[in-house]
Amino acid sequence: MVNFIWLVMVVFGIVVAGINGNIEVVTKAAFDGANNAVKISISLIAIITFWLGIMKLAEESGLVRALAWLVRPVMRFLFPSVPREHPAMGAIVMNLSANILGLGNAATPMGLIAMRELQTLNHSKDTASDAMCTFLALNTSCVTLIPTTIIGIRLFYGSTDPTDIVGPTIIATAFSMVVAIVVDRLLRLLYSGKRR
Amino acid sequence: MFEFIAEMSRWAIPVILLIVPLVAVLRGVKVYETFVEGAEAGFATAVKTIPYLVAMLVAISIFRASGAMEVLVAALSPLLSLIGLPAEVLPHAIMRPLSGGAALGIASDIIKTYGPDSFLGRLVSTMQGSCDTTFYVLTLYFGSVGIKKYRYSVLLGLVADLTTLVASVCIVRTLF
Repeated sequence: MVNFIWLVMVVFGIVVAGINGNIEVVTKAAFDGANNAVKISISLIAIITFWLGIMKLAEESGLVRALAWLVRPVMRFLFPSVPREHPAMGAIVMNLSANILGLGNAATPMGLIAMRELQTLNHSKDTASDAMCTFLALNTSCVTLIPTTIIGIRLFYGSTDPTDIVGPTIIATAFSMVVAIVVDRLLRLLYSGKRR
Repeated sequence: MFEFIAEMSRWAIPVILLIVPLVAVLRGVKVYETFVEGAEAGFATAVKTIPYLVAMLVAISIFRASGAMEVLVAALSPLLSLIGLPAEVLPHAIMRPLSGGAALGIASDIIKTYGPDSFLGRLVSTMQGSCDTTFYVLTLYFGSVGIKKYRYSVLLGLVADLTTLVASVCIVRTLF
């Protein structure tokens, strides 16, 4: 599916640009996109390095394991393929908590650490495991209690109550999280035959 | 309630940074050495995401700059108006999973045009707050561990995004 979407975006984009008579934007857009991607990756070096250090400390001191133990009933249900008290569980919880609190700078490194841990349990290293699919579904459908940026914009344009969208946001994400968990289960069953 | 959560966000990271090294010391961990040992993998992890992000962001960038996005919006608009989504927020709905920055730009434009406390302003705020940049997250997270075959995760991400969209429209219509 990702191959298809990628191809459609590129081919369709070039065709539309050609028809509109502004084919030259394609070249610029391609280089801009590449440049932007490298900038993002480079800017990640600092925070990932920092959080990897902190997480290693948390792991060695037993805090990650303790966290994994605390949340094990929920996590065992969501991630049946991950052993109980595996460090991946702790990292997943840290990532989701950071997401919920809107701590973008900590959430991404925690997420990448969780992916590293999940990859150690993965049997075919170039293919997403069930647990990874579940984790990413939770991650992208996860609640943010304070959508800081959009509240700032609402305030800037003179909203009388900039935070009144927080309630609707939480309800909407709660909805999509439940749907994501259910659909994940269904797709897991559907794809489990193809995998082995 | 809101103030409490905001306060929690402010304190969360400093508290983690205080507790982790303290507990580590009490458990006899050599804090400095262990930190460095863990941090070593940071550079490689970040750099590993470059090819994946380049591939995805180049495609998204071409798609946006060429005007293909507008064509897709026009094609999808009858379909999405079926679920009661106003045409004005459609570009945002399509852009949200692809590019966080672009979606935010569209959102602030709508808020500016229609006012933050209008139906459209509230709807687009809810959509911006509740959805995530699904494609970016998948590319980055899978890229960091070298996974190329995403299996059903793209489909799953899109289903979740669509659910959020429908839920946002219903909830904002009901509450305001």
